[in-house]
Amino acid sequence: MSGSLLITFDKVWKSYGQGEATVHALAGVDLAIRSGEFVAIMGPSGSGKSTAMNIIGCLDTPTAGTYSFMGIDAGRLDRNRRAMLRNLYVGFVFQGYNLLPRTTAVENVELPLIYRGAAARERHDLAMKALAEVGLVGREHHTPAELSGGQQQRVAIARAIVTRPTLLVADEPTGNLDTARTHEIMELLTRLNTELGLTIAMVTHEADVAAYAERTIRFLDGHVASDAVNLEVAQP
Amino acid sequence: MIWETVRLSLLSVRRNVLRSFLTLLGIVIGVAAVIAMLTIGSGTTEKVKADISKLGSNLLVVRPGRPAGPGGPGGLDQATNPLGSKELAALVAHLSGARAISPASQKQVRVIFGTESLTSGVTGTDSAYLDARDWKLVSGRPFSDSEIRSGTGVCLIGETVRQQFFGAGDPEGEIIRVNRTSCKIVGLLEPKGYTGFGQDQDNVVLMPLAAYQRRIAGNRDIDSIYVAADDRTPTTELLPRVEDILRDARRIPPDREDDFSIRDMTQIADAMASATTTMTGMLGAVAGVSLLVGGIGIMNIMLVSVTERTREIGIRLAIGAHEKHILIQFLVEATVLSLLGGIIGILIGLALAGLASLTLAIPFAPSLAVILLAVGFSALIGMVFGFFPALRGARLDPIDALRHE
Repeated sequence: MSGSLLITFDKVWKSYGQGEATVHALAGVDLAIRSGEFVAIMGPSGSGKSTAMNIIGCLDTPTAGTYSFMGIDAGRLDRNRRAMLRNLYVGFVFQGYNLLPRTTAVENVELPLIYRGAAARERHDLAMKALAEVGLVGREHHTPAELSGGQQQRVAIARAIVTRPTLLVADEPTGNLDTARTHEIMELLTRLNTELGLTIAMVTHEADVAAYAERTIRFLDGHVASDAVNLEVAQP
Repeated sequence: MIWETVRLSLLSVRRNVLRSFLTLLGIVIGVAAVIAMLTIGSGTTEKVKADISKLGSNLLVVRPGRPAGPGGPGGLDQATNPLGSKELAALVAHLSGARAISPASQKQVRVIFGTESLTSGVTGTDSAYLDARDWKLVSGRPFSDSEIRSGTGVCLIGETVRQQFFGAGDPEGEIIRVNRTSCKIVGLLEPKGYTGFGQDQDNVVLMPLAAYQRRIAGNRDIDSIYVAADDRTPTTELLPRVEDILRDARRIPPDREDDFSIRDMTQIADAMASATTTMTGMLGAVAGVSLLVGGIGIMNIMLVSVTERTREIGIRLAIGAHEKHILIQFLVEATVLSLLGGIIGILIGLALAGLASLTLAIPFAPSLAVILLAVGFSALIGMVFGFFPALRGARLDPIDALRHE
């Protein structure tokens, strides 16, 4: 877990609204995540964990303070530069899978490569390989409607890792799944973390899901309430 | 990248068949209307030109009575001094630049053969008439000079008359009755079809003028004199010469107006052709408005599509699409949609025009320029009306877009 610093929050504020009605989603958060870490982010609704995840994933920028990603001041980049950063270094997995409907698994996985300008053959090969890595051989040409929830989330994970990202941002990745499927997905994420050295930042509100991570950061009212190494990491 | 986007947009068209079809409908109808209107219009123009040239190209028609003008209705009135053989003789003797000069008197008369009868346009004329009107014989012979002089009961018939009395048989040598006098058929005229005004040009019987005057009209008048200009003489030059000769022959003092009229069929043809062209243009413009409405339909659907696919846009933005990728995606989609509509519209428009040319018996005259214009215009409509929704999609905030249900 002792890689180089990948993510640092330096007194990061995120505020919405103006004057009396100003809400501080993040109120001067300091945070550091090293590359190769598997971090669970927890906290009740409105604690600021989602805002923090959006900033970590370069989808959002801080109102004040500095967010640096791979040593880049990502909080000050414009939309298109952040899009490029996401395309090159960040993979996303969402609670609701967020696959394109009526589009086959392999086409979904190819999507991020299209925005890199990769050739069709190369895209296809990489996508097939990523689908194999998440254990979906034989399902490449199924559409999301023809796949179970667990399988859809595997497609989403394949889409996130097909670009060989540095960071995987997972927002409640098992929120829609039953217990058995949840453990399968968490084992997959753990494997990707250990085998590929993929840094994972995962929002969850389930303690047994958070237990798969090495470290848990708890948010409360826009602050980091606790930040601790998990003593008992769940074993795959 | 562009091909990829085109392929993707075709996929998206296919995934939403019904919605795509409804979107296309506006463009399809618009383009089909434009193509059909312009194709039928130019066919009509050709037809009108052909009809007028059937009346005889470079033809002047002299009729008794003052010309129609702002002073009131022209044509025959009770005081009209009819045309007669002296005017015809004067023209034949003095007019230069004419290919053919021919008198004609005409009446609708009942023609009988056996138990069959038909009301036909019977014309008394001479052998120059066929040349003046550019009519040809399919079989038989024209009138001989002696038949013209003595007014023998012989006649030439049109195709409609033949079919009524003889079917497909040979009418030559048969005797028909025209207004209680008998008349021997010596030749068959080439079929000419209907005029643009619905007049059957084949329901005709020609006979020598003298025979017509004696047995049918009962007078020595000539209804009209046809003067066909030769190849070197424009009708505009020939017309004043005809006028001079006729004023002289009819002894009209210089301070009096003509008591006859000369109509220039070429000018009428030009006027008619330009009228149809104007009409075509106006119909085309109206059809163009429907194309515009079709474009607004595209914009509507693209806006719906952007809203409906907000989440998809969010996903694409999250995994690294730039604004321009989203913009291009929706622009290409709108353009592909309207191009598709344009192509379907062209096919339907051409089919409609083809149908119209069959039923209205006008030439089928598709124009490549019009087709290319329609294709270009429909692509342009897609781009213009697709731009605003596309921009709206591209400007979405990825976080909001991902949260969109």
